[in-house]
Amino acid sequence: MKPEPTPTPRMPAANAPCKLPPPLFDARCKACWLTAALLVLVVASFWSLDLQWAQFLSLDAVASMGRFLAEFFPPDTSPDFLRKVAVGTWETLAMSTLGTLLAAAGGLALALPASRMHTGDTARARAPTRLLLNGLRSVPELVWAGLLLIAAGLGPFAGTLALAAHTTGVLGRLFAEALENAPPGPGAALRVQGVGRLRVFLYATLPQVLPQLMSYTLYRWENNIRAAAVLGVVGAGGLGQLLAFHMGLFHMGKTATVLGAMLLLVALVDALSYGARRLMTR
Amino acid sequence: MHAAIPAPRSPGTAPQRDPAWLGRVFLISALAVALWPLLVATEFKPWALLDARSLAVTGQFLADFLPPAHGADFLALVARETWRTVAMATAGLTLALVLAVPMSLLSARVLSVSALSGRMARGPFWLRQGVRWALIVLRSVPELVWALVFVRVVGLGPTAGVLAIALTYGGMLGKVYGEILESGDTHATEALLRNGTSRLQAFFFGLLPQNAAEITSYTVYRWECAIRSSVVLGFVGAGGLGQQLDSAMKMFNGGEVVTMLAVFVALVALANRVSAALRKALA
Repeated sequence: MKPEPTPTPRMPAANAPCKLPPPLFDARCKACWLTAALLVLVVASFWSLDLQWAQFLSLDAVASMGRFLAEFFPPDTSPDFLRKVAVGTWETLAMSTLGTLLAAAGGLALALPASRMHTGDTARARAPTRLLLNGLRSVPELVWAGLLLIAAGLGPFAGTLALAAHTTGVLGRLFAEALENAPPGPGAALRVQGVGRLRVFLYATLPQVLPQLMSYTLYRWENNIRAAAVLGVVGAGGLGQLLAFHMGLFHMGKTATVLGAMLLLVALVDALSYGARRLMTR
Repeated sequence: MHAAIPAPRSPGTAPQRDPAWLGRVFLISALAVALWPLLVATEFKPWALLDARSLAVTGQFLADFLPPAHGADFLALVARETWRTVAMATAGLTLALVLAVPMSLLSARVLSVSALSGRMARGPFWLRQGVRWALIVLRSVPELVWALVFVRVVGLGPTAGVLAIALTYGGMLGKVYGEILESGDTHATEALLRNGTSRLQAFFFGLLPQNAAEITSYTVYRWECAIRSSVVLGFVGAGGLGQQLDSAMKMFNGGEVVTMLAVFVALVALANRVSAALRKALA
């Protein structure tokens, strides 16, 4: 039997012992593999979609595209129709505003059970409420509108509810984060005084996070104006409904006017929000 | 040392008076008055939801949700349409890149040679400004409107959706790429340009390495958004999951709707995961 080799006492190495570098593709090519996978995805996408390039890029198609665009001119600017477009624009604005307000209320109501207000709060409803918020959020406004048309009928009411449903999910999540990140001091001070949970929230937590909640709400309002403009194409009121209606009947002049109003509205909102942000951060 | 925390009072002994109640009451009533025209404009009638006929239809629709449709044929159809949705988003984003990369290069002020010595020359300035405006126009038309227009031109089907995504996202990507390129430290690029490299060389060796991570991560994020919006585009006839969802809703087929909604939510969640992992790996 061979004697057991006596282990030689060694100083621990100052640096980690030298190892061979891992195989090449493993070492630096994680990104390469990902890029290759992305390329495969892109090629497969184009290959499987049988896009009608021929129909789109042929001389014939270009001519028909030109005719189509030419039909937009002149836009219909009769006072009657302009009044109709103005009503549509107002409806769009009202839908987005009311939808956002409803969503702010609903989001706050759902954010309370969805957040752990203080350490030691069991917050049993946190996980299920967050699941609900995720569900509300991951269905887009337009799909909500399609679903709600069944219950609420055609018109702006369905659109308002659809905006409210999606935005409740978004705002509820953001509000819950804001509530959880609020400084705990004032709330704790009230709590040790024996103040109830509702009043701790109203007088300590809410005033601290209110500016943040307002800015989230304003941000979503801006998004919702844009969303409300197109929501109507499934029949949920506002400018979109006018657009879909006149485009369906090939009233190209009227379509052009509605499109112009839509773009103007979006540009106005963009400019206002840009200006406001500039003013506030200066 | 902590100050001794006073023992909790028994509940109900805290002062009950709200010092600011007058202001609150005023604010709430003012809001209610301001809200009135909005309620009128949106035909806000919650009781319409509780109307007996509407309740019957809704109840029927909701009752159809269970069991979700799960026939083999239907599931195969859903799988095919889901792939189409992803493919539309991917193809659209690829075309958007084709549009966005040259335009952002054209619009980047950092790559101006004449701006190295004082003001940018007039021609290049207006070229850059023009490209910027074009990007803004592309971006500010909602993709749904582009899709409506293209459905008229090329007919129903994924081509319209791909083109709509390409144009809107091309505008978005171009604008944001331009902003990213100009936001960072531009010393290296400037030094290269001053020493006589071409603009493309300055871009590839100075600007791109600096900003590649941010650009990639933004692109992947937009891919995720494109998947979501390609479902929405289906509602105006651009194919994919959205179109099937739309027709199932119009037929009041609750079982099919709930299956497709579940698939859609799962798809969005998956895209979210993949995009987060990709951003981490490529950064």
